[in-house]
Amino acid sequence: MADIEKQVVDGLVSARNWIDDRFPLTKNWNEHLAKYYAPKNFNFWYFFGSLALLVLVIQILTGIWLTMNYKPSAEEAFASVEYIMRDVSWGWWIRYMHSAGASAFFIVIYLHMFRALLYGSYKKPRELLWLTGMALYFILMAEAFFGYLLPWGQMSYWGAQVIISLFGALPIVGDELALWIRGDFVVSDVTLNRFFSFHVIAIPLLICGLVGVHILALHEVGSNNPDGVDIKKKKNAEGIPLDGIPFHPYYTVKDIVGVIVFLILFFAVVFFAPELGGYFLEHANFIPANPLQTPEHIAPLWFFTPFYAILRAVPDQLGGVIAMGASTMAFVFLPWLDRSPVKSIRYRGWNYRFALIAFITSFLVLGWLGLQAVTPLYTWMARFFTAVYFLFFLLMPFYTAIDNDKAVPDRVKD
Amino acid sequence: MDNSNVDKGRRRFLTAAATVVGGAGAAVGAVPFIATMTPSEKTKAIGAPVEVDISKLQPGERMIEKWQGKPIWILRRTPEMLEDITSRDEAVSDPASEASSQPEYAKNEYRAREDEYLVVIGICTHLGCSPTFVLKDADNSPVIDWKGGFFCPCHGSTFDLAGRVYKGVPAPTNLVIPPYKFLSASRILIGDDSEAV
Repeated sequence: MADIEKQVVDGLVSARNWIDDRFPLTKNWNEHLAKYYAPKNFNFWYFFGSLALLVLVIQILTGIWLTMNYKPSAEEAFASVEYIMRDVSWGWWIRYMHSAGASAFFIVIYLHMFRALLYGSYKKPRELLWLTGMALYFILMAEAFFGYLLPWGQMSYWGAQVIISLFGALPIVGDELALWIRGDFVVSDVTLNRFFSFHVIAIPLLICGLVGVHILALHEVGSNNPDGVDIKKKKNAEGIPLDGIPFHPYYTVKDIVGVIVFLILFFAVVFFAPELGGYFLEHANFIPANPLQTPEHIAPLWFFTPFYAILRAVPDQLGGVIAMGASTMAFVFLPWLDRSPVKSIRYRGWNYRFALIAFITSFLVLGWLGLQAVTPLYTWMARFFTAVYFLFFLLMPFYTAIDNDKAVPDRVKD
Repeated sequence: MDNSNVDKGRRRFLTAAATVVGGAGAAVGAVPFIATMTPSEKTKAIGAPVEVDISKLQPGERMIEKWQGKPIWILRRTPEMLEDITSRDEAVSDPASEASSQPEYAKNEYRAREDEYLVVIGICTHLGCSPTFVLKDADNSPVIDWKGGFFCPCHGSTFDLAGRVYKGVPAPTNLVIPPYKFLSASRILIGDDSEAV
């Protein structure tokens, strides 16, 4: 018996060696998993990176299967989606996973970004990690926007019309640019066809490439942690961080727990509330696109509504577009706006804590306002919270520089 | 590699020349990719004028037609509506349509060839939604003392019964008037105003 076991093990080892001589298999396994040392104190907020990867896989898989039955033409698109929902075996399951997956993607990404705000993960030396993440966020918004036109419902159509018109509001080049994006004088079959192309090939390729860059950037500088302490400063005799544990098996196993909890919640939505009361799939989108009539109440999907509320708050066309663009771009500058030497909220003073609470509140309220119909009261509320939103960024160099930060410990706390 | 006999000037020149030529090639190569996304010949050809029969349109009523894929509204205005338009000159931001887009013959108080009929492209000049027609005493009036007009559900822009934009709303200009002409008292041609009758 022992002989056979030994022979099998020897065989596997020599197979691995054969590969290692030709491809850096063991080297990469060690670099990114078995000997990649992550801080030992990761908490709840550190699940969302791996969950984002999981949602990406779900979206790509379901997307491939949807493409097998979807028809990207103005004549057939709406009917082909209904065909998937009613006649294709398990088509509804694939489609609801894809539509709920889009919202899940943004929930996970927003929590992932919030983690960075909590623990200062964007700070030196992780500026490029933050920037690649922001680039991913922007192209994810583009992916969601292109995909939303494809069902060719009323919200698809008018949502695309409004967003493309945002580019049309730019001075001088605006009209030509909007025409170039649409490829037609109005949103039409031509527009649908090219959005399909962007949605299924161009943007997904970009996302996959950038995710690779994002992970490489992370593994170069190492993960931050809830204490915001650099674990590379204290190493043992072998050069391994004292507060680090190998990503595999410690965090691979821990992340699987996160995956299971996520999938329970995700499939609860997919099976029992796939439209989630109109928040994941809007009611008006079950009516085919009608270029002659805008729905009475139009709102983008929830993940765009904070920025949409900012757009509506400004009583000037170009000013609104600029404010909306600035509200998404503001995150990019965080590493340079934040002047505090302390990373984690655990050791930061009340200036930043209060500012963060005010910011999150305004983000949520603006998100809610963006879903509501316009009334004078809501417009004034949106203006107030837009001001709070921007002050969080604009005043950051001042309130973080004079914050009463606490002393940061040398090592992570147990 | 033996680097002792390298002519550094020559190497720098070759690197620079290859970069410039390659960069120019890439730039030229991008042109067709960008150009292919502009409207095709077929797309440009669609958009022929549309003939509309307005004989059944009653005073105070609005009908919707489609031209170049866009909604075209034809509103038959009552004398009372025309009076209301005159009374809104102070409240609208471009009363004389100086900064707005319309053919020369529609650049007047009522923004029309014939005062009674408003022919207008039903697309908000803000971000392209199609506003709703709200009558004077409707329950869903967007503002107090509403004189009737158009209300954009997307971002709250309001227009009067001549398609003129009110002050303090996001839309920058009045609704656009398309080229059109009357073929007879009851027929309008939208999209063509040559040799107007």
